[in-house]
Amino acid sequence: MKHTLSVLVENCPGALSRITGLFSGRGFNIESLCVAPTLDPTLSHLTLVTRGDEFIIEQIIKQLNRLVDVYKVIDVSEGEFVEREMALIKVRAEDETRAEVLRMCDIFRCKVVDVSPKTYTVEVTGPESKLKAVIELLKPLGIKEISRTGTIAIVREKKTI
Amino acid sequence: MAKLPGKKIIVEALKREGVDVIFGFPGGAVIDIYDTLEQDGSIKHVLVRHEQGATHAADGYARATGKVGVCLVTSGPGATNTVTGIATAYMDSVPMVVFTGQVPTALIGNDAFQEVDIVGITRPCTKHNYLVKDVKDLARVIKEAFYIAKSGRPGPVLIDIPKDVQNAKAEFDYPDTIKLRSYNPVVAPHNKQIERAYRLIEKSRRPVIYTGGGVVISDAHNELRALAEYINAPVTMTLMGLGAFPGTHEQSLGMLGMHGSYCSNMAMANTDLIIAIGARFDDRVTGKIEAFAPMAKIIHIDVDPTSIQKNVRVDVPIVGDCREALKKLVKVVKGSGLSPEFWQEKYALWWEQIHAWEKRHPFAYKKDNSVIKPQYVIEKLYEMTRDKNPVITTEVGQNQMWTAQFYKFDTPRTLITSGGLGTMGYGFPAAIGVQMAFPDRLVVDVAGDGSIQMNIQEMATAMEQRLPVKIVILNNQFLGMVRQWQELFYDRRYAATSFQLTPDFVKIAEAYGAKGLRATKVEEVESVLKEGLESDVLTVMEFAIAKEEGVFPMVPAGKATTEMLLV
Repeated sequence: MKHTLSVLVENCPGALSRITGLFSGRGFNIESLCVAPTLDPTLSHLTLVTRGDEFIIEQIIKQLNRLVDVYKVIDVSEGEFVEREMALIKVRAEDETRAEVLRMCDIFRCKVVDVSPKTYTVEVTGPESKLKAVIELLKPLGIKEISRTGTIAIVREKKTI
Repeated sequence: MAKLPGKKIIVEALKREGVDVIFGFPGGAVIDIYDTLEQDGSIKHVLVRHEQGATHAADGYARATGKVGVCLVTSGPGATNTVTGIATAYMDSVPMVVFTGQVPTALIGNDAFQEVDIVGITRPCTKHNYLVKDVKDLARVIKEAFYIAKSGRPGPVLIDIPKDVQNAKAEFDYPDTIKLRSYNPVVAPHNKQIERAYRLIEKSRRPVIYTGGGVVISDAHNELRALAEYINAPVTMTLMGLGAFPGTHEQSLGMLGMHGSYCSNMAMANTDLIIAIGARFDDRVTGKIEAFAPMAKIIHIDVDPTSIQKNVRVDVPIVGDCREALKKLVKVVKGSGLSPEFWQEKYALWWEQIHAWEKRHPFAYKKDNSVIKPQYVIEKLYEMTRDKNPVITTEVGQNQMWTAQFYKFDTPRTLITSGGLGTMGYGFPAAIGVQMAFPDRLVVDVAGDGSIQMNIQEMATAMEQRLPVKIVILNNQFLGMVRQWQELFYDRRYAATSFQLTPDFVKIAEAYGAKGLRATKVEEVESVLKEGLESDVLTVMEFAIAKEEGVFPMVPAGKATTEMLLV
């Protein structure tokens, strides 16, 4: 089962490598990873998507907590949470498809962030499923390049990490 | 406050940490630290002959004393040579701090001479590690390193210090205490969990206490004994746990697992309650995991939460220091109002069954007067040293298992062996570390002819330091444990396990100025041991043992622990 973990970690050299090393060394899988500093610049917030049964997820969380640099770990997917991904998609947009791309953008509430004579670059934000749908629909029109973030997530309501 | 250069800060910090001995090997990147140590003169330095030896010696020192072992080596190859020793200490939770020199900060990443990213290399086999780029961080980092190494589940910590940082100056302000927001090991166990554990014990009819190295590390042997004796439960130990409960105690079943006693493995297979204390259900203990202790509920006490629920499902997890947890558990047990007589009676039937197993297959071997049996050597060694409060170290392989089976360890920290990583070449340098800590104690390394050759160069270290370590070499001219597997599972095809050349160990000993003795006949065993054990210098006692002797019982890898091959 898919789990989204929020990890607060000391913002210091090597901390990320300890985390990724832990996953590869113990045979766990990272599906996506996003890291950025928090309001407190000495801490980084890392969102990590992984898969495993309850047994494995428990081990992953414990192993993460065992790292000296890790301050806090929560499984945000245990409760109510919001998650988002972003993709920048450079899609072919010539005569006959130029309008079609814009129509798609409109439907999915994407933004065109760059225009050239032969391409549009589209920004799309949403849960993974939405990104998947947009990409599938734009594919036939000719996607030249995609750049995607991993998932970021936050727990709903009052709870904070 | 006066400013001190990094090299001075290191030495001052070591003194504050109470370090009295360092094991190391110099080089260009640590020459400044060596110079400072020499000038200061208050910390003893043991010059080894290979950096791996330094790490094992520091490790042996740490295991025997419970203090933090310290190593100092140079950058590049000096640092990489410590990796096996660090991994060994990591697997067995040994507190150790390793200082490595590094090329100057300006050269890091430039493939400079003797540069290696040792922090990157050791990340997965240290509890934590540091590269100190600013001398202002140095004192704090050393304080943290010692704290991390010895607290919670202990482990090795590495500090990499570039040469320019050793010479840059900073104010020396050594903190007395330390608090890390991201590292707070849980020591005090939860009272509710202790209560739940007690209820399981009260309900059980066939309990087994299964203990590991955690009991030794947390000095919980007295509490363990109090619990075991009060509730009259049998105790089985992992290799790392030997000595945590007296091996000669009538409630001791001996070691369990792959080469454990028949009775331990049968008890584990039939128990209805495992009380696991400071042990981690390693594959050498459980065998085939699906067939492990099928009827058992499990209470698991460990300071490291990752050890709990890692290999087996646990009914009552107790995170905390073994000693704290056992203290509480003993209190609850005694406070329950049930008398010792009640517990005696409660498990009488269970004990009857256990005694029957014990009788059926005790540790045994086929005696033979025409050839020296290794088990006989260990038995004799035990007989002749048991009253001398010795520390026994071992190498890895058959020598290690025969020692675990035939030497009875009654007190903790008297068997020093590489259990988790299984590092050949560990025992002798570890014995050097032990002897440094206890100059007057009898320290014996039980070795095979294969593993002793992995760090035999440390004879020079032992001689230089005048350490009367005793080495017992069980020489079968084979890499015996692998040979045994080949005999049993590979149709006796002895690929690369038979030595075509074995050196003359007596002459090697003599070449280093040590004493060398050899026994080739059964009648000579006792006299060689007697002479060797009484010697006051480094002494090698070589025993030409039965070449194809095996270690039994044996649970083949991947089989259930009840499927033991017996003598």
